[in-house]
Amino acid sequence: MPSTLPDRAIEADGLVKVFGTNRAVDGVDLRVDTGTVYGVLGPNGAGKTTTISMLATLLRPDGGNARIFGHDVVGEPHTVRQLIGVTGQYASVDEKVSGIENMIVFGRLLGLSHRAAKLKGRELLEAFGLAEAAKRPVGKYSGGMRRRLDLASSLIAHPPLIFLDEPTTGLDPRTRGQMWDVIRGLVAGGSTVLLTTQYLDEADQLADRIAVIDRGRVVAEGTADELKSSVGTAALQLRLADTAQTAVALTVIEQVLGVSATATPEAARITAPMGDPDRVTDLLLALRERGIPLAEVSVTKPTLDEVFLTITGHATDDAASAEHETEEVAA
Amino acid sequence: MSAIIETQPAVFPAQLSRHVGPRETLSHTLTMAYRALLRLRRTPEQWADVLVMPFLFTFMFAYLFGGAIAGSVTDYLPALIPAIIVQGVVQASVVTGTQLREDMDTGVFDRFRSLPMARIAPLAGALLTDTIRYAVLTVLTMLVGVMIGWRPGGGGAIVLAGLLVILTAWSLSWCWALLGVTARTAGTVQGIAMLIMMPLTFLSNAFVPTQTLPDWLRVVAEWNPLSHLITAIRELANDGVFGADVGWTLLGAVGIAAIFAPLAVRAYMRKA
Repeated sequence: MPSTLPDRAIEADGLVKVFGTNRAVDGVDLRVDTGTVYGVLGPNGAGKTTTISMLATLLRPDGGNARIFGHDVVGEPHTVRQLIGVTGQYASVDEKVSGIENMIVFGRLLGLSHRAAKLKGRELLEAFGLAEAAKRPVGKYSGGMRRRLDLASSLIAHPPLIFLDEPTTGLDPRTRGQMWDVIRGLVAGGSTVLLTTQYLDEADQLADRIAVIDRGRVVAEGTADELKSSVGTAALQLRLADTAQTAVALTVIEQVLGVSATATPEAARITAPMGDPDRVTDLLLALRERGIPLAEVSVTKPTLDEVFLTITGHATDDAASAEHETEEVAA
Repeated sequence: MSAIIETQPAVFPAQLSRHVGPRETLSHTLTMAYRALLRLRRTPEQWADVLVMPFLFTFMFAYLFGGAIAGSVTDYLPALIPAIIVQGVVQASVVTGTQLREDMDTGVFDRFRSLPMARIAPLAGALLTDTIRYAVLTVLTMLVGVMIGWRPGGGGAIVLAGLLVILTAWSLSWCWALLGVTARTAGTVQGIAMLIMMPLTFLSNAFVPTQTLPDWLRVVAEWNPLSHLITAIRELANDGVFGADVGWTLLGAVGIAAIFAPLAVRAYMRKA
């Protein structure tokens, strides 16, 4: 079993997919180590789904090649399919029949007997909180339930590699949190997960390594920390005990750190770029000398949103971020 | 909800096969047929055509044309019932294609394509289950016929007649499966299929004796493959005769399946 697992779950070299005149994927290289979560991050239409489809043998690449645990996706598609589970952006389950019937059909297709498929199906439905809805037609499920059923269907054979295409897009924050727990659980069990997302915090939370993909190309790759530090320095955040002293504090920062800080008026929070951590001591002493008491001091690293903006030269898709915000409001 | 997943580690299959064997292909096809059966149970509207058509068309044609064509309703029935059966299953086989198209438009086919399963199974399974619909239509039409006075004299050969018509409809459904896989919408499948099947069913020996047709049309009607099927059914059901038309029909059915099944699967795999 795990002893036979190759070190590399995914190796892709120069993958290309062209739709008409649109180079949806334009030379993507990926290296995903076994047992890790790999995040593919990018806005709508960046080529994430197309990349996954090629890796999962659903689409034939127009150029380049890819291997899953050493097996070529074009040359040995049947072998590759025995090693992967795919959960798409849109639930790939049968709407007309019930949850358990879906599981039985998929289980049978994966080589289980009717009885074993039913048992496995029940177990997974239970694990995903769908036991009560097991006998209802999937057409009557909510979006979150469908997504969970979809993921449950991908886990019947316990595949060593799982593709999750935007697993939380359109889910409410609570269900998203549950989905994250499931993904962490999968990795704890030894699975390798390749996950696409347009949510930067999601990649940050889950992925060991991240590829930022934009217009069909990988524009940056590394751990979340590497990506963030590639963008720049951390920021020092100060909250004053007395907001009336904000203007004085800004002057002090300017003098000591040699940079201009910004302040949010309502919370009296001051943010200053922090180049040399050593100078912070000087700043804090200077503030004490001037009699400016602090309520809070913290250091924040740049968010992946800032990373994305810096790397691609444009912000993440407007529609996507708007959707994100609405969901948070709905919570 | 993640508790149970952590305790079950990923499994790297001990043996990886490079191809799907014939036994697995059969098993996958049967599973897909089972799935189609589950869907059939949950979608009663799929039964409407096979349950209504036998009554509607048998009554309509028998009482409308019986007197004019054969002198009386009873005399028309030996020629009419086989024709109604053939017309019915041919139309029901078109529905197979449209339903396949609708089915493929749902996301579940993405999962089938990502599973290590025989590529032919999603098509073959659906087509296999639809033979049940053809059987219901065939038996029901025969019963309606007997109800209004049809007395088939072929004895047990009537079972062979039924099997022949089901087999032919199954072969024909591969054409519509190909159309279903390649067409953009279910409506397109329906439209194109009707355009082909309407003239094919009526420009045959189905409802009128071919002797009454003008020469050029008689040639068309006699060469029409459906005429051979209808003649074969009439001979088997009414007289228990295993004639040349049975042979031609079998040959045609096997030929159609041999050509269109690989084409449909290839088109399906290209989309996959």
